[in-house]
Amino acid sequence: MGGKLFRNFSFFSATLSFFLLVGIFAILFTYAQESMHEFGFDFLFNGTWEADEDDEGGIFGGFIPIIGTLLSTIIAMVIATPLAMGIAIFLTEIASEAIAKPVSIAIELLAAIPSIIYGMWGLFYFAPIVQSTVGGNGVGLLTAGIVLAIMIIPFMAAITRDSMNTTPLVLKESAYAMGATKFEVIKDVIMPYSKGGIIGSIILALGRALGETMAVAFLIGSVMSIPRNITDPTTSIPVLLANNFAEAQDLEMSSMYYLALILFVVSFFIITIAKFYFLGRKVK
Amino acid sequence: MNRLLLNKIILILSTLSAVIGIGFLFWILATLSYKGITSIHWSTFTHDLVEGGIRNLLVGQFTMAVLASALAVPVGMMAGIYLREYGHGSKLASIIRNLSDVMMSAPSIVIGVFVFALLVDPFGGYNGYAGIVALSIMMIPIIISTTDNMLALVPKELREAGIALGGSKHKIILQIVVKAAKVGITTGVLLSFARIIGETAPLLFTSANNQFFTMDLTGQFPSLTVSIYNLATYPDEASRELAWAASFILTMIVLCINLIGRYAIRNKK
Amino acid sequence: MAKENLVMEIKDFSFTYAGAEKPSLKKINLPIEENKITAMIGPSGCGKSTLLRAMNRIHDLYPGNKYEGKINLYKADGSKQNILDIKKENDFIKLRQEVGMIFQKPTPFPMSIFDNVAYGLRLSGIKNKTELQGLVEKALKGAAIWDETKDRLNESALGMSGGQQQRLCIARAVALKPRVLLFDEPTSALDPISTGAIEELIAELKEEVSVVIVTHNMQQASRLSDYTAFMYLGDLAEYDKTEKIFLNPTQKLTEDYITGRFG
Repeated sequence: MGGKLFRNFSFFSATLSFFLLVGIFAILFTYAQESMHEFGFDFLFNGTWEADEDDEGGIFGGFIPIIGTLLSTIIAMVIATPLAMGIAIFLTEIASEAIAKPVSIAIELLAAIPSIIYGMWGLFYFAPIVQSTVGGNGVGLLTAGIVLAIMIIPFMAAITRDSMNTTPLVLKESAYAMGATKFEVIKDVIMPYSKGGIIGSIILALGRALGETMAVAFLIGSVMSIPRNITDPTTSIPVLLANNFAEAQDLEMSSMYYLALILFVVSFFIITIAKFYFLGRKVK
Repeated sequence: MNRLLLNKIILILSTLSAVIGIGFLFWILATLSYKGITSIHWSTFTHDLVEGGIRNLLVGQFTMAVLASALAVPVGMMAGIYLREYGHGSKLASIIRNLSDVMMSAPSIVIGVFVFALLVDPFGGYNGYAGIVALSIMMIPIIISTTDNMLALVPKELREAGIALGGSKHKIILQIVVKAAKVGITTGVLLSFARIIGETAPLLFTSANNQFFTMDLTGQFPSLTVSIYNLATYPDEASRELAWAASFILTMIVLCINLIGRYAIRNKK
Repeated sequence: MAKENLVMEIKDFSFTYAGAEKPSLKKINLPIEENKITAMIGPSGCGKSTLLRAMNRIHDLYPGNKYEGKINLYKADGSKQNILDIKKENDFIKLRQEVGMIFQKPTPFPMSIFDNVAYGLRLSGIKNKTELQGLVEKALKGAAIWDETKDRLNESALGMSGGQQQRLCIARAVALKPRVLLFDEPTSALDPISTGAIEELIAELKEEVSVVIVTHNMQQASRLSDYTAFMYLGDLAEYDKTEKIFLNPTQKLTEDYITGRFG
């Protein structure tokens, strides 16, 4: 009967997520084999990335892209978190209904802008400004970090706002009734109540920042070297893949899959940890 | 006294954050519009990339997004229906839900190299099909989540009333529950369509790009986003101009779909 | 009470919710008279809704519940079926076409008024347009909203007021010509005028169907019903003709509830 077929098809569709996840891990792992075999764990700490003349072999180490990914993400998080919290507070506790609605929409539009557009704007408009204020070449860690921050702020603000809105009105009202200031109500009632969601949103945004490709590709400089100053150019895992994957062969390609695997596994763990905070209990 | 001062400071800083956020939005849209509009000519829409226009790119990007949706929406909705209507409460359903959320935040470049290994490498070259699959992999978890959440909002009494009339489960789901949630689900589909039409990373190594107008999915397929990435790095002025034109048009399309999606909720409610 | 006058009979029926330690209903014995209105009253948590929902096995939407005992349905052809034995989907569907249910919250489906009433009919296989139109009109007349809806049958049911929506739900259930109609606090979400209209309707319905109504409104129970069952903490404390229950109850518990000493 139609019912059984429908139910089975829906079950099969649901299990697709599982198979995709397993499949991605399997493929990445398999294609990374050559490199993992060749370099082992030293891959994580080796700062050289050079193909041999004949393009078949070479020395590849993931240290620089890994560091670049981490540093750009950290800079983005440091800038984005307070701003996102501020926006969430503004939307939930300060703005009137009439103002909150358009501001909310504006924030959501900011989130909808494609990553590559951030890259374009960042490269031609923002980078020169960073260059003239702080020095350096314009493209580099700092510029990438700031634009990355702008990209994840809307996401973090939206989830934080939704979390804060779950605080029961009576709780807030009883605090106000005791003469608490707005800030104190936020600090002592709302934040603790929505703590799980807020931390979850921060971690989720961190996961997003780690994997961001196009904007960072435009802005980080794509140079295989460790940045000595915050304005120096460097690279990150997604950027390295975006720029060099097409021409890579054999061992170099395998090394890229090694990096992709690392990125994927780290993202997986970060998102799982974020879920732990959202649920407030152990995730299976 | 100190308390009040602290309060004022925090409130001012928060408002400032909102102003900064909106400021950036306007700054980006303003520069984009300025650069974009000045770069658009009639030929931008009538010529293909090989001749300095973006016609084939618009058609190509749109085609891939539509076909990806055709793949992702039924699969995603069915999965969401399973999670909420059949598996609700079961351990398996919550595991799948968690995995789907993980997929939703997976880096898009990783999806790209995954599909490369699956659909490009074994077949000897970039092709449109691989691009479509990569985009749908990104879309499916979003549709699953939207469907799941929208179905959850339908009150249980509606399902019970359907059952009480002698309906079988799958008929009730399709004819009553999904129908009741259809506004929310449609919005979710629109918003995720807007998201994937602006994606670049999943396409870089799957469908790549094509200067010429083609509808042949077995080879490299034209992409607006990949083209922007390439054009922006060329040193000549004409390429830069085209990149701005393309960026402006892409952004307008994405923002329009977003606003339509959000106003659809407003009006239906 | 001879068996020929019963439409349903609940015998030694116990019910435990999934995951619960203790049963919510303990060895209930309750007859349901044909073409009469039986009211079930009692304080919150006494199990009256639980019992009602067992009578069309709607608990089965949520797995893991435990039944004991029997609930017999006496069919039009004279045969007797223990509805607790039903396992196959087809049999569940048939049961619900014979034992209909109206919920506390009006539940119009997101479709036109016509399609709402026709929904159960279409499910049961009736496809002929003329036939459907005739049956829908009959049902809407039977629910006393034909005049209000006849000119807007194709408009969405969601545009109706609460009272109208509830009468629509009644029309929808009545269209299937069930043997029994179960009402779960049908007027508690409605204003007094709509409540009055629906009570009038229920009183008329008993010509065609047998009615079981759960209500926390004692005045409603005494106005409407022929028989009343008073439930307390999962037991059937007393069952009798309505006049007897309200004017001269046997149990002290019943008397205390009726006079408002608790509940």
